[in-house]
Amino acid sequence: MATTPIHDPTAPPLPGATTETRNTTCYMCACRCGIRVHLRNGEVRFIEGNPDHPLNQGVLCAKGSSGIMKQYSPARLTRPLMRKPGTERGAGEFVEVSWEQAFSMLEERLAKIRATDPKRFALFTGRDQMQALTGLFARQFGTPNYAAHGGFCSVNMAAGMIYTIGGSFWEFGGPDLDRARLFVMIGTAEDHHSNPLKIAISKFKRAGGRFISINPVRSGYSAIADEWLPIRPGTDGALLLALIHELIALGLYDREFLVRYTNAGELVNIDEAHDDFGMFVRSSVPDEEECFDPQNKLWWDRRTNRAVVTHAENADPYLLGEFTLDDGMRVKPSFQLLKERVEAYTSEWAAGITGIPAETIRRLAHEMGITARDQKIELPIAWTDMWGKEHDTVTGNPVAFHAMRGLAAHSNGFHTIRALAILMTVLGTIDRPGGFRHKAPFPRPIPPCAKTPNTPLAIQPNHPLDGLALGWPAAPDDLFVNDDGTPVRIDKAFSWEYPLAVHGMMHNVITNAWRGDPYPIDTLLIFMANMAWNSTMSVGDVRRMLNDKREDGEYRIPFLVVCDAFQSEMTAFADLVLPDTTYLERHDVMSMLDRPISEFDGPVDAVRIPVVPPTGQCKPFQEVLIELAGRLKLPAFVRKDGSRKFRDYPDFIVNYETEPGSGIGFLAGWRGKGGEKFMRGEPNPRQWEMYAQNNCVYHYRLPPSYQYMRNWNRGYLEWSQRVRIQRYAEPILIHVYSEVLQKFRRAAQGKGTSRRPPEHLRQRIETYFDPLPFYYEPLERQQSDLAKFPLAAVTQRPMAMYHSWDSQNAWLRQIHAHNHLYVNPQVARAAGIEDGGWMWVESPWGKVRCMCSYSEAVEPGTVWTWNAIGKAPGAWRLAPDANESRLGFLLNHLIADELPAAGGRISNSDPVTGQAAWYDVRVRICKADDSDPKETWPRFDAVPAAPGTAQSTPAWLSWFAGRGMRR
Amino acid sequence: MRPDLSVLLLTTLIGAGQGLYLALVTVQVYALFGLLPAQDGRAFFAPGSAIALVLLVTGLAASFFHLGRPERAWRSAAKWRTSWLSREVIVLPAFIGLVFVSGVAHFLHYGPVLAELPSGIPVDATVVLGLVGTVLAFALFLCTGMIYASLPFLREWASPFTVVNFTLMGGASGFTLAAAFSVWTAPSLTPFLAAWALILTLLAFAGRLASLVRNAKLRPKSTLQTAIGIKHPRIVQTSQGFLGGSFNTREFFHGRSRGFLRSIRWLFPVAAFAIPAALLAAFVAGAGAVLLPVAAVVQYAGLLAERWFFFAEANHPQNLYYQAIG
Amino acid sequence: MTQLALVIDLNVCVGCQACVTSCKQWNTSGSAGPLADFNPYGADPTGTFFNRVQTFEVGEYPNTQTVHFPKSCLHCEDPPCVPVCPTGASYKRATDGIVLVDYDKCIGCKYCSWACPYGVRELDEERKVMTKCTLCVDRIYDTALPEAERKPACVLACPTSARLFGDIHDPASAVSEAIRKNAGYPLMPEWGTKPSNHYLPRRKTAVRIHEDELVRSDNPLKIDGLLPKPAKAEPSLDDVTSW
Ligand SMILES: Nc1nc2c(c(=O)[nH]1)N[C@H]1C(S)=C(S)[C@@H](COP(=O)(O)OP(=O)(O)OC[C@H]3O[C@@H](n4cnc5c(=O)[nH]c(N)nc54)[C@H](O)[C@@H]3O)O[C@H]1N2
Ligand SMILES: Nc1nc2c(c(=O)[nH]1)N[C@H]1C(S)=C(S)[C@@H](COP(=O)(O)OP(=O)(O)OC[C@H]3O[C@@H](n4cnc5c(=O)[nH]c(N)nc54)[C@H](O)[C@@H]3O)O[C@H]1N2
Ligand code: SF4
Ligand code: SF4
Ligand code: SF4
Ligand code: SF4
Ligand code: SF4
Ligand SMILES: [Mo]
Repeated sequence: MATTPIHDPTAPPLPGATTETRNTTCYMCACRCGIRVHLRNGEVRFIEGNPDHPLNQGVLCAKGSSGIMKQYSPARLTRPLMRKPGTERGAGEFVEVSWEQAFSMLEERLAKIRATDPKRFALFTGRDQMQALTGLFARQFGTPNYAAHGGFCSVNMAAGMIYTIGGSFWEFGGPDLDRARLFVMIGTAEDHHSNPLKIAISKFKRAGGRFISINPVRSGYSAIADEWLPIRPGTDGALLLALIHELIALGLYDREFLVRYTNAGELVNIDEAHDDFGMFVRSSVPDEEECFDPQNKLWWDRRTNRAVVTHAENADPYLLGEFTLDDGMRVKPSFQLLKERVEAYTSEWAAGITGIPAETIRRLAHEMGITARDQKIELPIAWTDMWGKEHDTVTGNPVAFHAMRGLAAHSNGFHTIRALAILMTVLGTIDRPGGFRHKAPFPRPIPPCAKTPNTPLAIQPNHPLDGLALGWPAAPDDLFVNDDGTPVRIDKAFSWEYPLAVHGMMHNVITNAWRGDPYPIDTLLIFMANMAWNSTMSVGDVRRMLNDKREDGEYRIPFLVVCDAFQSEMTAFADLVLPDTTYLERHDVMSMLDRPISEFDGPVDAVRIPVVPPTGQCKPFQEVLIELAGRLKLPAFVRKDGSRKFRDYPDFIVNYETEPGSGIGFLAGWRGKGGEKFMRGEPNPRQWEMYAQNNCVYHYRLPPSYQYMRNWNRGYLEWSQRVRIQRYAEPILIHVYSEVLQKFRRAAQGKGTSRRPPEHLRQRIETYFDPLPFYYEPLERQQSDLAKFPLAAVTQRPMAMYHSWDSQNAWLRQIHAHNHLYVNPQVARAAGIEDGGWMWVESPWGKVRCMCSYSEAVEPGTVWTWNAIGKAPGAWRLAPDANESRLGFLLNHLIADELPAAGGRISNSDPVTGQAAWYDVRVRICKADDSDPKETWPRFDAVPAAPGTAQSTPAWLSWFAGRGMRR
Repeated sequence: MRPDLSVLLLTTLIGAGQGLYLALVTVQVYALFGLLPAQDGRAFFAPGSAIALVLLVTGLAASFFHLGRPERAWRSAAKWRTSWLSREVIVLPAFIGLVFVSGVAHFLHYGPVLAELPSGIPVDATVVLGLVGTVLAFALFLCTGMIYASLPFLREWASPFTVVNFTLMGGASGFTLAAAFSVWTAPSLTPFLAAWALILTLLAFAGRLASLVRNAKLRPKSTLQTAIGIKHPRIVQTSQGFLGGSFNTREFFHGRSRGFLRSIRWLFPVAAFAIPAALLAAFVAGAGAVLLPVAAVVQYAGLLAERWFFFAEANHPQNLYYQAIG
Repeated sequence: MTQLALVIDLNVCVGCQACVTSCKQWNTSGSAGPLADFNPYGADPTGTFFNRVQTFEVGEYPNTQTVHFPKSCLHCEDPPCVPVCPTGASYKRATDGIVLVDYDKCIGCKYCSWACPYGVRELDEERKVMTKCTLCVDRIYDTALPEAERKPACVLACPTSARLFGDIHDPASAVSEAIRKNAGYPLMPEWGTKPSNHYLPRRKTAVRIHEDELVRSDNPLKIDGLLPKPAKAEPSLDDVTSW
């Protein structure tokens, strides 16, 4: 065997090549891992995880490892494009224009809108992470019509938890798997925090932790769970409420935690006739409630057997019982109300709804309760609470949860998620070791202080919007509605239809703008969202709306601008296409003003620094906004004399301050003249350099005593106040009972002095603004004929694909070239459908032909497929016969964006938050006819290659960095 | 396994070439002992060798199409100590060379007597070449067969039947061809050759049927359980990890339906053995010589089908890993 | 003698495919590359990958296990792919047991791939030579890299650290220990190929709840007075005993 090889496997593959390594931040997805990009002769040779980065600690996912094929993809847009005059939207016919032409076109149009009616300009952005800048631009422009993708993504998760515990999963907080002993993951397939979660789950399992997954499907993470609990979609609320029932019934709740850190002991007025029915009783009413919970509520003290102000020295409240105040008012601690609420939610009841046996539910509750109580963690970390009590230790109950869109993407998700947050609270696991931990800037007051304006007067020509486009309503008076109660925003967020639509409702924009309800708009700018395809419901209708004209021949949405990096399905509908750079070509910030990448132990922000020059004429959208803002003379971007304030985006990032002299800007690290300050401090001209020298990341580690119990931790709250993370240093008591919701219900009941909902929404508000979590069937299910449409249809994120982004990626698309519908074999066989056979899936709203795959890893009442694998022919520079369009399909064709409702139609969304209800759809399946074509349906016409993309695609390719692409 | 045309041609053509050459040598040896009329080198042996040569060279040429890098084919002689393929690569050209030399010798009537048998029969150079050729032909059958038979996990192939059947089928097709060839060049030999062709065809038939029976009874040694190391009666692959196919889904699957496979299993014994045997028998029983070229053509076609089936039937354990697109 | 290998922990692999593409990107520009892709943007795209992650379902609903199963060349100790190679292009290194292909010798006859029971060799359709996992031989000895990074690309990328790398002949190595402790096993042992790569099985953490953990002395319901005391009038032993 020992003949010497000719090919020396360890010799340098390209002798004499120049090599270098640069750090930046990945953006093949929103996780934003630190990466080291190796270049050879200026070409990307290898992208690896940066081992010195706190987020991914050196690891990288399948997408991140395929960045090369994204960078050199033939689908890259490289020139600004204008729809070819005389051609239809959607046909994808374009002519090239110069940036100057594009800018002047936009400047002229937008200046006119701004000078007349700024709300006729709408800016909506998809899976971006630069909402601080896009939001600033929109606000400065003066339009309320701005939001990012949150409304169609997971706003239920954000709102449900932030309105309960002041923080959430997602980028805002997460399970402390380092110390947890039991980990319960619900409705999660991949999540935003992809790599860190994987790192953590594996460590957790190796340390002998017990991992339970609750999900109709057993894929990905659920695969390695110790126990899989298949649940019927949309029914988790029932399960969670039954768990709470069981824990309370057995006394497995953490009483001390509930007493001191939540509103469980606070007394609620239960006198139905009273105007304040359902409100907490207050010891005194301050003139103006600021945006924090004043500590003026009452407890019923066990020792003195009388009402006292909460947290009074030596007082210990009853959590249960009914009491009468001196003035005769009947009150109950809110925990008593919770107990009464869950009384009927027995395990047997939940079993019938969820499909999980009652015995299992009880055991689950027992496991949680016993693990929490008997495996208590005590860390020798002293801290002081907001009431001045000093604690020698930080304690924790090591039961951790994580949940995502399996809960969020249902129209009952808000209450389900509140139930989850309350379950976590009852177990005493909030911001404690082994439980849930916050990430800066969370926790925030409940709700956070940011507010939208509450009147249309906030919109004035040539003026910035007087308030934020997105905020956190605390009461009906915070709603952004006209005097008659109708919505101000094009998406109807913050209206009586969706009062807590805190992330906006991007999924409503096209339909509403098309219908002119509440009003027509002029220009719609879409950034990084594929609204003509996978982020839209009723895909076919939306594509028609984008292309639909008024009687006078003008498009109903007159001007559509799309900024994308690739030729997507959406770009085909644009009047103007702005070619963005890739993440390897631009500056970017993961800012504390936005959604940073903080860790449990303190705030973290990060930057992206270009590692290769822009391709063609690609221009970062950041630069586009800075340029446009200068041209439109938006106040924050120009000096008094009207001249441009910022040279470019990097200059803007360094020098922009939220207010002159505030010392708060986009980046928290290396502030101050010489980089000696953090969080606040004067602009530092060398800030980018300092980030570059430090792995592109700034990580502030809090002292251990500030790392836990942050809702009530004096040290932490005062620190966060000093560094201006928050305005107040006030305790953030957990809202077991939500007075905020009660305020809306009260308005619907005609009590109090606030605004009242319009008549047709009165009942809706009264029902869904329940101060305690409750279970109701998802709205679509309530309306569906379950005998006719017996199955739930959901999607999962494939770990190796990001939404629609990666079909242009030659490596990733080999892993998911097309998709099948996974069906439990019993169900498929009953319908006569073979494994691998063709089938129809039909919902009340549409139908799809696709291929079936048998799977024993799916609950029989559910069918599922990978999200966003199916593509329209020609998009993404795929050949018209590419698998994606021929064999792949999009489940979205089955999902309706609106449901029939009393007042006509209503968005298919959660009635509290406006969260798009992707996973509510009901379907039935049947075998496709043998004579049917063996390809998916519906089909669309192929679009041609846009100018600037590769005009032909190769029969083969091979990449060898330094020698380029051979084909 | 995927039946690659180049390999089908290679193995069938050289098999026939070997068989034909063996037929020529048989004739010569019989003649040497006076059991058959002696034939003229130029009229019979040289053209016979030429045909064998054409078959062998065509087979060899076809084999180049199987190689990704034919320009490096010379390297493949390197590992004769361990690799049957390497051995084949040595023996095949050697055999071709020998057939060539022996053909030329016959053509030139070059026949110095090199030895004499005790019975006084002179052994000339062509006879010696023929004997060496016989050894090489059998060696080549062994190499070709062992290429397949030496892969233990290709259980359909890993049996002595593979070598024996390659030999018998090569012999049968070569003798049938020789019989057909003799119709024009040496009609007096035709019955003799046809009789041997019939015998070999029947033997090959028997051998091949036996291997079919054996293979039908094979129980896979590797299962999904051993492939992934999980002990559970029900394991199903739901994704092989990619959807568009890979080398491993192309090289190891025949890509045809079960029905097609089944029909070839019925077809090839008929075409390769039954019909030729019937035609040969008919000739031996006195029917017209025109049957012989027909028998040769049908048999060759049948053997191509046989070889297709030989590959298609072989179920590589690697296929356990490539069962589901998804 | 050293035998380098991967040990793959099925207990934590979530099937994310990171090892698949990190392998591709490292090797396409490395000493094994380039690794071609065919129809990269057309029908049935296909290409040369050294590592694949597959999914199996074990059992029937609801007792289903989903198993993600990464597979690359197992660097057999007795590799059947080596002796069959007619050119010597396929070889096993004496120093570290890595099985490699000499791309400059290979004639692309594919015979070695037939001789591998595991389906891990892939002919690169553009260069027409056989390829397979190299254990990143061009990384692991690269002294320009920091010690900690002299590991295969897939091992560094794997987010769950399901892939361990080391010398399985060194009883003190982490991989040997992992195999010993967690009952690591080889694939298709029936062929005597002695694969160096090993797999670690699923390990299940279960709990047992004891009745006495549910009836607790620290039951907070006691404090809130809700564990009802029987009324005085209810029958008691006092009514019937009189000693
Ligand atoms: N690789 C990759 N990563 C991504 C993305 C991507 O496209 N690719 N997208 C990013 C984005 S935008 C988001 S929002 C996150 C989403 O992250 P996840 O929420 O983890 O992603 P989904 O795939 O929507 O997962 C939903 C899961 O919920 C389950 N499910 C559906 N209905 C129910 C239910 O009623 N109850 C329960 N218990 N489970 C249910 C589904 O089976 C599925 O497993 O992922 C982010 N990360
Ligand atoms: N059926 C179903 N539908 C769903 C979901 C589901 O679970 N099931 N999930 C929903 C969720 S949670 C979300 S968040 C949405 C996501 O939906 P979107 O955010 O609308 O869709 P993406 O596919 O992420 O595509 C956004 C666009 O970003 C472009 N892009 C990529 N990189 C860049 C860049 O660097 N610059 C610019 N300018 N553009 C870039 C891509 O080319 C693509 O056209 O989908 C929703 N749709
Ligand atoms: S999870 Fe993957 S794609 Fe997302 S940022 Fe990290 S490496 Fe990049
Ligand atoms: S796994 Fe296959 S290719 Fe790798 S050494 Fe073993 S036999 Fe050879
Ligand atoms: S394909 Fe290459 S490595 Fe494999 S046996 Fe043939 S020559 Fe050897
Ligand atoms: S060791 Fe290297 S070559 Fe082998 S699978 Fe891992 S990354 Fe690929
Ligand atoms: S990278 Fe790790 S977790 Fe992901 S598929 Fe590969 S082995 Fe499994
Ligand atoms: Mo999302």
